[in-house]
Amino acid sequence: MTFLATIGSFIFSMLAEVGRVSIFARDAVIRGLLPPWYFRQLIDQIIRIGYNSLPVVGLTAFFTGGALALQIYIGGTRYNAENLVSSIVALGITRELGPVMAGLMVTGRVAAAIAAELGTMRVTEQIDALTTLSTNPFKYLVGPRILAAVITMPVLVGIADIIGILGGFIVGTTSLGFNYAAYIKNTTDFVEFTDVTSGLIKAAVFGFIIALMGCYHGFNSKGGAQGVGRATTNAVVSGSILILAANYALTSLLFSE
Amino acid sequence: MAEPHIVLENIHKSFGSKHVLKGVNVGVGKGRSLVVIGGSGSGKSVTLKCILGLLHPEKGSIRVDGQEITDLRGSALDQMMGRFGMLFQGAALFDSLTVWRNVAFGLIQGKKMKPGEARAIAIDKLAEVGLGPELADISPAELSGGMRKRVGLARAIAPEPEIIFFDEPTTGLDPIMGDVINNLIVDSVKRLGATTITITHDMASARKIGDDIAMIYKGKIVWCGPANEIDQSNNPYVDQFIHGREEGPIEIEL
Ligand SMILES: Nc1ncnc2c1ncn2[C@@H]1O[C@H](COP(=O)(O)OP(=O)(O)OP(=O)(O)O)[C@@H](O)[C@H]1O
Ligand SMILES: [Mg+2]
Repeated sequence: MTFLATIGSFIFSMLAEVGRVSIFARDAVIRGLLPPWYFRQLIDQIIRIGYNSLPVVGLTAFFTGGALALQIYIGGTRYNAENLVSSIVALGITRELGPVMAGLMVTGRVAAAIAAELGTMRVTEQIDALTTLSTNPFKYLVGPRILAAVITMPVLVGIADIIGILGGFIVGTTSLGFNYAAYIKNTTDFVEFTDVTSGLIKAAVFGFIIALMGCYHGFNSKGGAQGVGRATTNAVVSGSILILAANYALTSLLFSE
Repeated sequence: MAEPHIVLENIHKSFGSKHVLKGVNVGVGKGRSLVVIGGSGSGKSVTLKCILGLLHPEKGSIRVDGQEITDLRGSALDQMMGRFGMLFQGAALFDSLTVWRNVAFGLIQGKKMKPGEARAIAIDKLAEVGLGPELADISPAELSGGMRKRVGLARAIAPEPEIIFFDEPTTGLDPIMGDVINNLIVDSVKRLGATTITITHDMASARKIGDDIAMIYKGKIVWCGPANEIDQSNNPYVDQFIHGREEGPIEIEL
Protein backbone atom coordinates (compact mmCIF):
# COMPACT_ATOMS: atom_id res chain seq x y z
CA MET A 1 0.00 0.00 0.00
CA THR A 2 2.71 2.47 0.95
CA PHE A 3 4.55 1.41 -2.20
CA LEU A 4 1.56 2.32 -4.37
CA ALA A 5 1.08 5.54 -2.43
CA THR A 6 4.69 6.47 -3.13
CA ILE A 7 4.28 5.84 -6.84
CA GLY A 8 1.01 7.76 -6.81
CA SER A 9 2.42 10.80 -5.08
CA PHE A 10 5.45 10.72 -7.37
CA ILE A 11 3.20 10.77 -10.44
CA PHE A 12 1.10 13.56 -8.98
CA SER A 13 4.10 15.73 -8.22
CA MET A 14 5.47 15.02 -11.71
CA LEU A 15 2.20 16.12 -13.29
CA ALA A 16 2.07 19.21 -11.09
CA GLU A 17 5.60 20.11 -12.18
CA VAL A 18 4.68 19.63 -15.85
CA GLY A 19 1.71 21.93 -15.28
CA ARG A 20 3.83 24.60 -13.62
CA VAL A 21 6.45 24.46 -16.38
CA SER A 22 3.70 24.77 -19.01
CA ILE A 23 2.19 27.81 -17.33
CA PHE A 24 5.65 29.35 -17.01
CA ALA A 25 6.35 28.65 -20.69
CA ARG A 26 3.04 30.22 -21.70
CA ASP A 27 3.71 33.34 -19.60
CA ALA A 28 7.25 33.53 -20.92
CA VAL A 29 6.10 33.42 -24.54
CA ILE A 30 3.05 35.67 -24.23
CA ARG A 31 4.41 38.26 -21.83
CA GLY A 32 8.06 37.97 -22.68
CA LEU A 33 7.66 38.39 -26.42
CA LEU A 34 5.10 41.20 -26.38
CA PRO A 35 6.40 44.80 -26.21
CA PRO A 36 8.06 46.61 -24.54
CA TRP A 37 11.20 44.87 -25.76
CA TYR A 38 14.51 45.25 -24.05
CA PHE A 39 16.94 45.31 -26.98
CA ARG A 40 19.98 45.95 -24.80
CA GLN A 41 19.17 42.85 -22.77
CA LEU A 42 18.63 40.86 -25.95
CA ILE A 43 22.00 41.85 -27.43
CA ASP A 44 23.67 41.11 -24.10
CA GLN A 45 22.15 37.66 -24.00
CA ILE A 46 22.97 36.90 -27.64
CA ILE A 47 26.60 37.60 -26.81
CA ARG A 48 26.54 35.62 -23.59
CA ILE A 49 24.55 32.63 -24.85
CA GLY A 50 25.73 32.51 -28.44
CA TYR A 51 29.10 34.10 -28.91
CA ASN A 52 30.60 32.85 -25.66
CA SER A 53 29.46 29.29 -26.42
CA LEU A 54 31.35 29.15 -29.71
CA PRO A 55 34.63 27.69 -28.39
CA VAL A 56 33.00 24.89 -26.46
CA VAL A 57 30.59 24.00 -29.26
CA GLY A 58 33.33 24.20 -31.91
CA LEU A 59 35.70 21.92 -30.03
CA THR A 60 32.96 19.41 -29.30
CA ALA A 61 31.94 19.32 -32.95
CA PHE A 62 35.52 18.98 -34.18
CA PHE A 63 36.33 15.96 -32.02
CA THR A 64 32.95 14.37 -32.61
CA GLY A 65 33.42 14.65 -36.38
CA GLY A 66 36.89 13.15 -36.13
CA ALA A 67 35.83 10.27 -33.93
CA LEU A 68 32.83 9.60 -36.14
CA ALA A 69 35.06 9.31 -39.20
CA LEU A 70 37.29 6.77 -37.43
CA GLN A 71 34.36 4.68 -36.22
CA ILE A 72 32.64 4.58 -39.57
CA TYR A 73 35.89 3.65 -41.27
CA ILE A 74 36.47 0.78 -38.82
CA GLY A 75 32.90 -0.44 -39.28
CA GLY A 76 32.91 0.24 -43.02
CA THR A 77 36.00 -1.85 -43.80
CA ARG A 78 34.17 -4.97 -42.60
CA TYR A 79 31.72 -4.54 -45.49
CA ASN A 80 34.07 -2.90 -47.97
CA ALA A 81 32.11 0.31 -47.55
CA GLU A 82 34.91 2.68 -46.58
CA ASN A 83 33.73 5.14 -49.21
CA LEU A 84 30.66 5.94 -47.15
CA VAL A 85 32.75 7.67 -44.46
CA SER A 86 32.37 11.18 -45.79
CA SER A 87 28.65 11.02 -46.44
CA ILE A 88 27.79 9.32 -43.16
CA VAL A 89 29.90 11.79 -41.21
CA ALA A 90 28.05 14.64 -42.90
CA LEU A 91 24.62 13.09 -42.34
CA GLY A 92 25.36 12.13 -38.75
CA ILE A 93 26.65 15.57 -37.88
CA THR A 94 23.98 17.67 -39.57
CA ARG A 95 20.95 15.59 -38.68
CA GLU A 96 21.82 14.31 -35.23
CA LEU A 97 25.12 14.86 -33.52
CA GLY A 98 25.56 18.55 -34.33
CA PRO A 99 22.32 19.69 -32.70
CA VAL A 100 22.37 17.16 -29.86
CA MET A 101 26.00 17.65 -28.84
CA ALA A 102 25.72 21.43 -29.13
CA GLY A 103 22.43 21.32 -27.22
CA LEU A 104 23.93 19.34 -24.36
CA MET A 105 27.08 21.45 -24.17
CA VAL A 106 25.11 24.69 -24.22
CA THR A 107 22.78 23.29 -21.54
CA GLY A 108 25.79 22.73 -19.30
CA ARG A 109 27.07 26.23 -19.91
CA VAL A 110 24.00 28.36 -20.37
CA ALA A 111 21.09 26.72 -18.52
CA ALA A 112 23.34 26.48 -15.47
CA ALA A 113 24.44 30.10 -15.75
CA ILE A 114 20.89 31.39 -16.25
CA ALA A 115 19.55 29.35 -13.32
CA ALA A 116 22.36 30.53 -11.04
CA GLU A 117 21.98 34.17 -12.04
CA LEU A 118 18.18 34.33 -11.83
CA GLY A 119 18.20 32.14 -8.72
CA THR A 120 20.51 34.56 -6.95
CA MET A 121 18.34 37.46 -8.10
CA ARG A 122 15.30 35.66 -6.70
CA VAL A 123 16.70 34.91 -3.27
CA THR A 124 18.17 38.41 -2.89
CA GLU A 125 14.77 39.92 -3.86
CA GLN A 126 16.17 41.55 -6.99
CA ILE A 127 13.33 40.05 -9.04
CA ASP A 128 10.80 41.52 -6.60
CA ALA A 129 12.61 44.85 -6.84
CA LEU A 130 12.12 44.88 -10.63
CA THR A 131 8.35 44.89 -10.28
CA THR A 132 8.49 47.89 -7.94
CA LEU A 133 10.51 49.76 -10.59
CA SER A 134 7.85 49.46 -13.31
CA THR A 135 9.63 46.55 -14.98
CA ASN A 136 8.02 43.18 -15.58
CA PRO A 137 10.61 40.47 -14.78
CA PHE A 138 9.22 38.20 -17.49
CA LYS A 139 9.79 40.87 -20.09
CA TYR A 140 13.11 42.06 -18.73
CA LEU A 141 14.73 38.75 -17.75
CA VAL A 142 12.96 35.78 -19.31
CA GLY A 143 11.95 37.13 -22.73
CA PRO A 144 15.43 38.23 -23.87
CA ARG A 145 17.04 35.00 -22.68
CA ILE A 146 14.57 32.75 -24.48
CA LEU A 147 14.64 34.81 -27.65
CA ALA A 148 18.44 34.96 -27.63
CA ALA A 149 18.72 31.18 -27.20
CA VAL A 150 16.21 30.47 -29.97
CA ILE A 151 18.06 32.81 -32.33
CA THR A 152 21.61 31.75 -31.52
CA MET A 153 21.28 27.97 -31.24
CA PRO A 154 20.66 27.43 -34.99
CA VAL A 155 23.65 29.65 -35.76
CA LEU A 156 25.80 27.71 -33.30
CA VAL A 157 24.65 24.41 -34.77
CA GLY A 158 25.31 25.66 -38.31
CA ILE A 159 28.87 26.43 -37.28
CA ALA A 160 29.11 23.12 -35.43
CA ASP A 161 28.03 21.33 -38.62
CA ILE A 162 30.82 22.92 -40.61
CA ILE A 163 33.47 22.29 -37.95
CA GLY A 164 32.27 18.72 -37.37
CA ILE A 165 32.45 17.90 -41.06
CA LEU A 166 35.85 19.55 -41.15
CA GLY A 167 36.95 17.31 -38.25
CA GLY A 168 35.88 14.27 -40.24
CA PHE A 169 37.62 15.62 -43.33
CA ILE A 170 40.92 16.15 -41.52
CA VAL A 171 40.89 12.67 -39.97
CA GLY A 172 39.73 11.15 -43.24
CA THR A 173 42.37 12.75 -45.42
CA THR A 174 45.31 12.54 -43.00
CA SER A 175 45.10 9.30 -41.05
CA LEU A 176 42.63 7.33 -43.21
CA GLY A 177 44.21 8.26 -46.53
CA PHE A 178 41.19 9.54 -48.45
CA ASN A 179 41.70 11.80 -51.41
CA TYR A 180 40.82 15.45 -50.71
CA ALA A 181 38.69 16.04 -53.76
CA ALA A 182 36.88 12.73 -53.53
CA TYR A 183 36.03 13.32 -49.86
CA ILE A 184 34.59 16.73 -50.59
CA LYS A 185 32.68 15.51 -53.63
CA ASN A 186 31.15 12.63 -51.67
CA THR A 187 30.06 15.02 -48.94
CA THR A 188 28.45 17.57 -51.22
CA ASP A 189 26.78 14.92 -53.38
CA PHE A 190 25.10 13.17 -50.52
CA VAL A 191 24.04 15.89 -48.13
CA GLU A 192 20.69 17.45 -48.93
CA PHE A 193 19.31 20.79 -47.93
CA THR A 194 16.75 19.17 -45.60
CA ASP A 195 19.50 17.34 -43.69
CA VAL A 196 20.86 20.68 -42.64
CA THR A 197 17.54 22.46 -42.04
CA SER A 198 16.17 19.59 -39.94
CA GLY A 199 19.15 20.00 -37.64
CA LEU A 200 18.68 23.76 -37.46
CA ILE A 201 15.00 23.40 -36.56
CA LYS A 202 15.99 21.03 -33.78
CA ALA A 203 18.54 23.58 -32.64
CA ALA A 204 15.91 26.30 -32.28
CA VAL A 205 13.71 23.98 -30.20
CA PHE A 206 16.68 23.03 -28.03
CA GLY A 207 17.48 26.71 -27.54
CA PHE A 208 13.95 27.25 -26.26
CA ILE A 209 14.27 24.31 -23.87
CA ILE A 210 17.66 25.45 -22.55
CA ALA A 211 16.60 29.00 -21.75
CA LEU A 212 13.20 27.91 -20.44
CA MET A 213 14.72 25.41 -17.99
CA GLY A 214 17.33 27.92 -16.82
CA CYS A 215 14.72 30.62 -16.27
CA TYR A 216 12.11 28.34 -14.72
CA HIS A 217 14.43 26.83 -12.13
CA GLY A 218 16.12 30.15 -11.43
CA PHE A 219 12.80 31.95 -10.95
CA ASN A 220 11.50 29.28 -8.59
CA SER A 221 14.61 28.83 -6.49
CA LYS A 222 14.30 29.48 -2.80
CA GLY A 223 16.33 29.11 0.34
CA GLY A 224 19.66 30.85 -0.16
CA ALA A 225 22.86 29.46 -1.63
CA GLN A 226 21.75 25.87 -1.33
CA GLY A 227 18.53 26.61 -3.19
CA VAL A 228 20.45 28.29 -6.00
CA GLY A 229 22.73 25.26 -6.24
CA ARG A 230 19.72 22.98 -6.44
CA ALA A 231 18.14 25.17 -9.13
CA THR A 232 21.32 25.02 -11.20
CA THR A 233 21.52 21.22 -11.01
CA ASN A 234 17.83 20.85 -11.82
CA ALA A 235 18.13 23.18 -14.80
CA VAL A 236 20.98 21.16 -16.31
CA VAL A 237 19.45 17.75 -15.62
CA SER A 238 15.95 18.62 -16.81
CA GLY A 239 17.32 20.56 -19.78
CA SER A 240 19.46 17.63 -20.92
CA ILE A 241 16.70 15.08 -20.55
CA LEU A 242 14.17 17.28 -22.34
CA ILE A 243 16.63 17.86 -25.19
CA LEU A 244 17.18 14.13 -25.69
CA ALA A 245 13.44 13.46 -25.52
CA ALA A 246 12.63 16.31 -27.87
CA ASN A 247 15.33 15.12 -30.24
CA TYR A 248 13.72 11.69 -30.44
CA ALA A 249 10.26 13.16 -30.87
CA LEU A 250 11.35 15.59 -33.59
CA THR A 251 13.33 12.93 -35.45
CA SER A 252 10.52 10.40 -35.41
CA LEU A 253 7.66 12.81 -36.09
CA LEU A 254 9.06 15.36 -38.46
CA PHE A 255 12.21 14.28 -40.16
CA SER A 256 11.85 10.59 -40.96
CA GLU A 257 10.94 10.09 -44.57
CA MET B 1 -15.70 60.11 5.17
CA ALA B 2 -13.61 59.07 2.19
CA GLU B 3 -11.75 55.80 2.36
CA PRO B 4 -8.02 56.02 3.22
CA HIS B 5 -5.51 55.77 0.38
CA ILE B 6 -4.48 52.20 1.23
CA VAL B 7 -6.74 49.82 3.11
CA LEU B 8 -5.98 46.30 4.30
CA GLU B 9 -8.92 44.29 5.51
CA ASN B 10 -8.68 40.93 7.24
CA ILE B 11 -5.52 39.79 5.42
CA HIS B 12 -4.53 36.16 5.95
CA LYS B 13 -1.33 34.65 4.64
CA SER B 14 0.24 31.27 5.36
CA PHE B 15 3.37 29.50 4.20
CA GLY B 16 2.56 25.81 4.30
CA SER B 17 1.25 25.13 7.80
CA LYS B 18 2.73 28.37 9.15
CA HIS B 19 -0.01 30.97 9.57
CA VAL B 20 1.88 34.29 9.39
CA LEU B 21 -0.85 36.92 8.93
CA LYS B 22 -4.08 36.20 10.79
CA GLY B 23 -6.37 39.04 9.85
CA VAL B 24 -4.44 42.26 9.42
CA ASN B 25 -6.61 45.41 9.37
CA VAL B 26 -4.96 48.75 8.78
CA GLY B 27 -5.34 51.88 6.69
CA VAL B 28 -3.14 54.80 5.62
CA GLY B 29 -4.54 58.16 4.59
CA LYS B 30 -3.34 59.96 1.48
CA GLY B 31 -0.04 61.74 2.05
CA ARG B 32 0.30 60.26 5.51
CA SER B 33 3.07 58.22 7.00
CA LEU B 34 2.38 54.97 8.83
CA VAL B 35 5.07 53.26 10.84
CA VAL B 36 4.71 49.55 11.55
CA ILE B 37 6.53 48.13 14.55
CA GLY B 38 6.64 44.60 15.87
CA GLY B 39 8.96 41.77 16.79
CA SER B 40 11.23 40.00 14.40
CA GLY B 41 9.33 37.44 12.33
CA SER B 42 5.92 38.92 13.17
CA GLY B 43 5.02 39.38 9.49
CA LYS B 44 5.88 43.01 8.79
CA SER B 45 7.77 42.39 5.56
CA VAL B 46 5.19 39.84 4.45
CA THR B 47 2.45 42.47 4.87
CA LEU B 48 4.25 44.88 2.54
CA LYS B 49 4.85 42.13 -0.03
CA CYS B 50 1.15 41.31 0.00
CA ILE B 51 0.31 44.93 -0.84
CA LEU B 52 2.89 44.91 -3.63
CA GLY B 53 1.34 41.80 -5.18
CA LEU B 54 4.59 39.87 -4.64
CA LEU B 55 2.75 37.51 -2.31
CA HIS B 56 -0.91 36.60 -2.67
CA PRO B 57 -2.93 36.53 0.56
CA GLU B 58 -5.39 33.64 0.88
CA LYS B 59 -8.10 35.84 2.29
CA GLY B 60 -8.91 39.50 2.71
CA SER B 61 -9.06 42.68 0.71
CA ILE B 62 -6.42 45.27 -0.17
CA ARG B 63 -7.65 48.48 -1.77
CA VAL B 64 -5.78 51.45 -3.19
CA ASP B 65 -7.99 54.46 -3.86
CA GLY B 66 -10.92 52.12 -3.31
CA GLN B 67 -9.77 49.72 -6.04
CA GLU B 68 -9.33 46.07 -5.09
CA ILE B 69 -5.80 45.01 -6.00
CA THR B 70 -5.51 41.43 -4.72
CA ASP B 71 -7.09 40.06 -7.89
CA LEU B 72 -5.07 42.18 -10.33
CA ARG B 73 -2.86 40.19 -12.71
CA GLY B 74 -0.80 40.85 -15.81
CA SER B 75 -0.51 44.36 -17.17
CA ALA B 76 -3.14 45.77 -14.78
CA LEU B 77 -0.91 44.66 -11.90
CA ASP B 78 2.20 46.05 -13.64
CA GLN B 79 0.44 49.39 -13.98
CA MET B 80 -0.60 49.43 -10.33
CA MET B 81 2.97 48.54 -9.27
CA GLY B 82 4.25 51.52 -11.22
CA ARG B 83 2.69 53.70 -8.53
CA PHE B 84 4.72 52.05 -5.76
CA GLY B 85 8.33 52.35 -4.66
CA MET B 86 10.00 50.08 -2.16
CA LEU B 87 13.19 49.93 -0.17
CA PHE B 88 13.79 46.25 0.51
CA GLN B 89 15.10 45.05 3.84
CA GLY B 90 18.20 43.63 2.13
CA ALA B 91 18.43 46.57 -0.33
CA ALA B 92 18.02 44.15 -3.31
CA LEU B 93 20.37 46.13 -5.54
CA PHE B 94 20.94 44.79 -9.05
CA ASP B 95 24.50 43.53 -8.84
CA SER B 96 24.90 43.37 -12.61
CA LEU B 97 24.45 47.17 -12.86
CA THR B 98 26.55 50.05 -11.55
CA VAL B 99 25.36 52.14 -8.62
CA TRP B 100 23.99 55.01 -10.72
CA ARG B 101 22.18 52.62 -13.08
CA ASN B 102 20.54 51.08 -10.02
CA VAL B 103 19.32 54.47 -8.83
CA ALA B 104 18.24 55.48 -12.34
CA PHE B 105 16.55 52.15 -13.10
CA GLY B 106 12.99 53.31 -12.48
CA LEU B 107 13.62 56.50 -14.45
CA ILE B 108 15.12 54.80 -17.50
CA GLN B 109 12.93 51.69 -17.63
CA GLY B 110 9.73 53.03 -16.12
CA LYS B 111 9.71 56.68 -17.19
CA LYS B 112 11.68 56.18 -20.42
CA MET B 113 14.12 58.92 -19.52
CA LYS B 114 17.33 59.42 -21.52
CA PRO B 115 20.36 57.92 -19.71
CA GLY B 116 22.23 61.26 -19.58
CA GLU B 117 19.36 63.03 -17.85
CA ALA B 118 18.68 60.07 -15.56
CA ARG B 119 22.34 59.94 -14.52
CA ALA B 120 22.24 63.55 -13.34
CA ILE B 121 19.15 62.84 -11.24
CA ALA B 122 20.73 59.65 -9.88
CA ILE B 123 23.79 61.57 -8.73
CA ASP B 124 21.54 64.15 -7.04
CA LYS B 125 19.66 61.39 -5.25
CA LEU B 126 22.92 59.77 -4.15
CA ALA B 127 24.00 63.11 -2.70
CA GLU B 128 20.70 63.31 -0.78
CA VAL B 129 21.49 60.01 0.94
CA GLY B 130 25.03 61.16 1.69
CA LEU B 131 26.89 59.33 -1.07
CA GLY B 132 29.37 61.08 -3.34
CA PRO B 133 29.48 61.01 -7.16
CA GLU B 134 32.68 58.93 -7.07
CA LEU B 135 30.51 55.93 -6.14
CA ALA B 136 28.30 56.27 -9.21
CA ASP B 137 30.29 54.01 -11.48
CA ILE B 138 31.23 51.20 -9.13
CA SER B 139 29.44 47.92 -8.63
CA PRO B 140 27.09 47.53 -5.62
CA ALA B 141 29.23 44.58 -4.50
CA GLU B 142 31.93 47.06 -3.49
CA LEU B 143 29.67 48.95 -1.05
CA SER B 144 29.28 48.45 2.69
CA GLY B 145 25.95 47.24 4.08
CA GLY B 146 24.82 50.71 5.17
CA MET B 147 25.84 52.22 1.84
CA ARG B 148 23.84 49.57 -0.03
CA LYS B 149 20.84 50.46 2.09
CA ARG B 150 21.20 54.13 1.16
CA VAL B 151 21.55 53.33 -2.54
CA GLY B 152 18.38 51.24 -2.21
CA LEU B 153 16.68 54.25 -0.64
CA ALA B 154 17.84 56.56 -3.44
CA ARG B 155 16.54 54.05 -5.98
CA ALA B 156 13.13 53.84 -4.28
CA ILE B 157 12.55 57.60 -4.19
CA ALA B 158 14.15 58.55 -7.54
CA PRO B 159 11.05 57.89 -9.72
CA GLU B 160 8.98 59.91 -7.19
CA PRO B 161 6.29 57.28 -6.72
CA GLU B 162 2.99 58.12 -5.11
CA ILE B 163 3.29 55.35 -2.50
CA ILE B 164 6.60 54.35 -0.91
CA PHE B 165 7.43 51.50 1.45
CA PHE B 166 10.57 51.49 3.55
CA ASP B 167 11.57 48.19 5.12
CA GLU B 168 13.90 49.03 8.00
CA PRO B 169 15.55 52.08 6.38
CA THR B 170 17.87 52.85 9.29
CA THR B 171 18.93 49.35 10.32
CA GLY B 172 22.68 49.01 9.90
CA LEU B 173 23.35 52.77 9.88
CA ASP B 174 25.16 54.79 12.52
CA PRO B 175 22.90 57.09 14.61
CA ILE B 176 23.85 60.25 12.73
CA MET B 177 23.31 58.76 9.29
CA GLY B 178 20.12 57.22 10.67
CA ASP B 179 18.89 60.70 11.48
CA VAL B 180 19.83 61.98 8.02
CA ILE B 181 17.75 59.18 6.52
CA ASN B 182 14.83 59.88 8.86
CA ASN B 183 14.83 63.51 7.76
CA LEU B 184 15.06 62.48 4.15
CA ILE B 185 12.03 60.23 4.50
CA VAL B 186 10.02 62.93 6.28
CA ASP B 187 11.09 65.41 3.65
CA SER B 188 10.29 63.25 0.63
CA VAL B 189 6.88 62.52 2.06
CA LYS B 190 6.21 66.23 2.45
CA ARG B 191 7.69 67.27 -0.86
CA LEU B 192 6.23 64.48 -2.99
CA GLY B 193 3.06 64.22 -0.97
CA ALA B 194 3.69 60.48 -0.99
CA THR B 195 1.83 58.00 1.15
CA THR B 196 4.35 55.87 3.01
CA ILE B 197 4.58 52.79 5.18
CA THR B 198 7.81 52.34 7.11
CA ILE B 199 8.87 49.27 9.05
CA THR B 200 11.30 49.90 11.85
CA HIS B 201 12.59 48.58 15.15
CA ASP B 202 14.00 51.94 16.04
CA MET B 203 11.55 53.87 18.25
CA ALA B 204 13.30 57.21 17.77
CA SER B 205 12.94 56.79 14.05
CA ALA B 206 9.31 55.67 14.42
CA ARG B 207 8.38 58.80 16.38
CA LYS B 208 10.15 61.03 13.91
CA ILE B 209 8.81 59.53 10.69
CA GLY B 210 5.35 58.41 11.71
CA ASP B 211 2.06 60.27 11.67
CA ASP B 212 0.53 57.02 12.86
CA ILE B 213 2.03 53.91 14.38
CA ALA B 214 0.67 50.38 14.16
CA MET B 215 1.99 47.46 16.13
CA ILE B 216 1.79 43.94 14.76
CA TYR B 217 1.95 40.88 16.98
CA LYS B 218 1.27 37.26 16.05
CA GLY B 219 -0.13 38.22 12.65
CA LYS B 220 -2.58 40.88 13.88
CA ILE B 221 -2.50 44.61 14.48
CA VAL B 222 -2.72 44.90 18.28
CA TRP B 223 -2.60 48.70 18.42
CA CYS B 224 -2.88 51.53 15.94
CA GLY B 225 -2.98 55.24 16.69
CA PRO B 226 -1.34 58.63 16.24
CA ALA B 227 2.41 58.61 16.86
CA ASN B 228 2.24 61.15 19.66
CA GLU B 229 -0.17 58.97 21.64
CA ILE B 230 2.03 55.90 21.70
CA ASP B 231 3.29 56.61 25.21
CA GLN B 232 -0.26 56.81 26.55
CA SER B 233 -1.57 53.79 24.64
CA ASN B 234 -2.28 51.76 27.81
CA ASN B 235 -1.67 48.75 25.61
CA PRO B 236 0.51 46.18 27.38
CA TYR B 237 2.03 44.95 24.11
CA VAL B 238 3.00 48.43 22.99
CA ASP B 239 4.37 49.37 26.41
CA GLN B 240 6.50 46.25 26.55
CA PHE B 241 7.79 46.81 23.02
CA ILE B 242 8.67 50.48 23.23
CA HIS B 243 10.43 50.03 26.55
CA GLY B 244 12.14 46.86 25.40
CA ARG B 245 11.21 44.86 28.52
CA GLU B 246 11.55 41.12 28.70
CA GLU B 247 8.52 40.74 31.00
CA GLY B 248 5.09 41.26 29.55
CA PRO B 249 2.42 39.69 27.38
CA ILE B 250 4.69 39.25 24.32
CA GLU B 251 5.93 35.69 24.19
CA ILE B 252 9.51 35.42 23.08
CA GLU B 253 10.12 32.31 21.04
CA LEU B 254 13.58 31.10 21.87
N1 LIG C 1 8.87 33.20 1.31
C1 LIG C 1 8.64 32.68 2.53
N2 LIG C 1 8.47 31.35 2.67
C2 LIG C 1 8.22 30.82 3.88
N3 LIG C 1 8.10 31.52 5.01
C3 LIG C 1 8.25 32.84 4.95
C4 LIG C 1 8.53 33.50 3.70
N4 LIG C 1 8.63 34.82 3.93
C5 LIG C 1 8.43 34.99 5.26
N5 LIG C 1 8.20 33.81 5.87
C6 LIG C 1 7.90 33.63 7.31
O1 LIG C 1 6.96 34.58 7.69
C7 LIG C 1 7.26 35.10 8.97
C8 LIG C 1 7.24 36.60 8.93
O2 LIG C 1 8.30 37.04 8.11
P1 LIG C 1 8.60 38.58 7.87
O3 LIG C 1 9.74 38.63 6.91
O4 LIG C 1 7.35 39.29 7.52
O5 LIG C 1 9.10 39.05 9.31
P2 LIG C 1 9.37 40.52 9.79
O6 LIG C 1 8.26 40.91 10.67
O7 LIG C 1 9.65 41.39 8.61
O8 LIG C 1 10.68 40.30 10.67
P3 LIG C 1 12.03 41.16 10.71
O9 LIG C 1 11.78 42.30 11.62
O10 LIG C 1 13.01 40.21 11.29
O11 LIG C 1 12.35 41.55 9.31
C9 LIG C 1 8.59 34.51 9.38
O12 LIG C 1 8.35 33.55 10.37
C10 LIG C 1 9.13 33.87 8.15
O13 LIG C 1 9.75 32.66 8.48
MG1 LIG D 1 11.29 42.12 7.71
